[in-house]
Amino acid sequence: MQYMLLIYNDPAKEPPYGTPAFNEMMGGYFAANERMKADGVLRSGEGLQGVETATSLRIKAGKVETMDGPFAETREHLGGYYVIDVPDLDAALTYAALIPSAHFGTIEVRPLMDYNPGA
Amino acid sequence: MRADRGRLLSVLAAGLRDLSLAEEVLQEAAVSALSHWGRAGLPASPQGWLLQVARRKAIDRLRGAKRSNRHAQALTVLARDEAAPEPDAIPDERLRLIFACCHPALEPKSRVALTLRTVCGLTTPEIARAFLDAEPTMGQRISRAKAKITAAGIPFAIPEDDHWAERLETVLTTIYLIFTTGYVAGPDEPRDLCLEAEYLMRLIDRLRPEDAEIEGALAMMLLTAARRAARIGADGASLPPSEQDRRLWDHARISEGRDILARAVARRRPGPFQIKAAIADCQMAEPRPDWPQIAALYGALLRFEPTPVVQLNAAVAIAEAGDPARGLAMVETLSDLADYQPFHAARAALLAMTGDHQGAIAAYQHAIATAQTPAEALFLTRRMEGLGSGQGALGA
Repeated sequence: MQYMLLIYNDPAKEPPYGTPAFNEMMGGYFAANERMKADGVLRSGEGLQGVETATSLRIKAGKVETMDGPFAETREHLGGYYVIDVPDLDAALTYAALIPSAHFGTIEVRPLMDYNPGA
Repeated sequence: MRADRGRLLSVLAAGLRDLSLAEEVLQEAAVSALSHWGRAGLPASPQGWLLQVARRKAIDRLRGAKRSNRHAQALTVLARDEAAPEPDAIPDERLRLIFACCHPALEPKSRVALTLRTVCGLTTPEIARAFLDAEPTMGQRISRAKAKITAAGIPFAIPEDDHWAERLETVLTTIYLIFTTGYVAGPDEPRDLCLEAEYLMRLIDRLRPEDAEIEGALAMMLLTAARRAARIGADGASLPPSEQDRRLWDHARISEGRDILARAVARRRPGPFQIKAAIADCQMAEPRPDWPQIAALYGALLRFEPTPVVQLNAAVAIAEAGDPARGLAMVETLSDLADYQPFHAARAALLAMTGDHQGAIAAYQHAIATAQTPAEALFLTRRMEGLGSGQGALGA
């Protein structure tokens, strides 16, 4: 099964750039990436720029509305994601626990929809 | 019967990875059995027959349904199992079923409901009644939980070593929640949840023998259940162990609980359930509860569960062991518990012990107003009235 691991962070709780804690976090991300690649489970993964760069759009009555900012005004924002292919939720949770942001943010684990009939 | 259904369901669910489908095809197989066995007589292995028919029905359903990767996997497993039926050696996969039903990805109440439904064979109306829920609400809760198991890929598997302790604790806590629900409801309900919980705990102990925490949880349950007949006094007020009529205790359960606890402790793998079992045991020490030992055990429990509720119990034990001022000082730091009724009951008792009768009466009034059962309210009322008989502030 494929799962997306969505990384939610409160930027105020993230270790600041240049501190030892920041370097530790980046080392943790590097180690998690390497482990997922070595285990052959990593399908894709990206980090996102901050919510101050976000633009939101919706269509109301045929008219495009464009707005500054993220979809929801919350303290924790989507900061990046991985897509992994593993046998079950327990395996997905094991990889989610390797993500350094789990220590100061939240990792949401969601199965992808299965669009591949009969494969 | 209950054991048969749970076993067959566990084998089907583990193969199909779909609890709803497993329940449906097992039900259909049971209906077929009624007409078929009536005509052709009982097969050599009724269980093997049911399993094989259920698997064939599952194959038909999956072939007819919109196919997906998961269906393809389930069909492969089914084709293999159906081709080589093992009617005489049906495996017991109930531990896998229990770990799926008690997965932390499900809400605690859903874990309870699913476990009662699949392993104990309770009906949805029976479960709804036990939790004072409307039947449709409970039905929706159960189908949502079953759907999540399938959609989220919750495995029907015994967890690996690195997750074992954490996942086992979720299972044991779920079963204990079933037990306490039955304990509060009393033995007159149509399905006694205390007995269901005991059945589950014994089953897990048998399927996974020699595990110190499983033994600890079973011991705690037996030692607590042993006092059940004595927990309400003749006037309908609940009684703490120290005031119960010991002749009403179930001495067979007490000695079995103590034996199991001794076996668990000898394994030298301490854990929270063993400590709680030891506390339940000390509550029944002769001639009165061994409070210094209980206080020490709560101190040990705090290392596993540093929660305000455990701190509250530790404070009460310290007060009972002879230092009410220190106990009260600890209680006064636990403001997080302002909405927790036992906090006010405990605080009232400790204020009374330290001689602050006016404070005690206010705390008792709060605790009585929010008491969960009439028996508890009556017990607290008696305590509050008892204050007046001394030389309390409101005495004369």
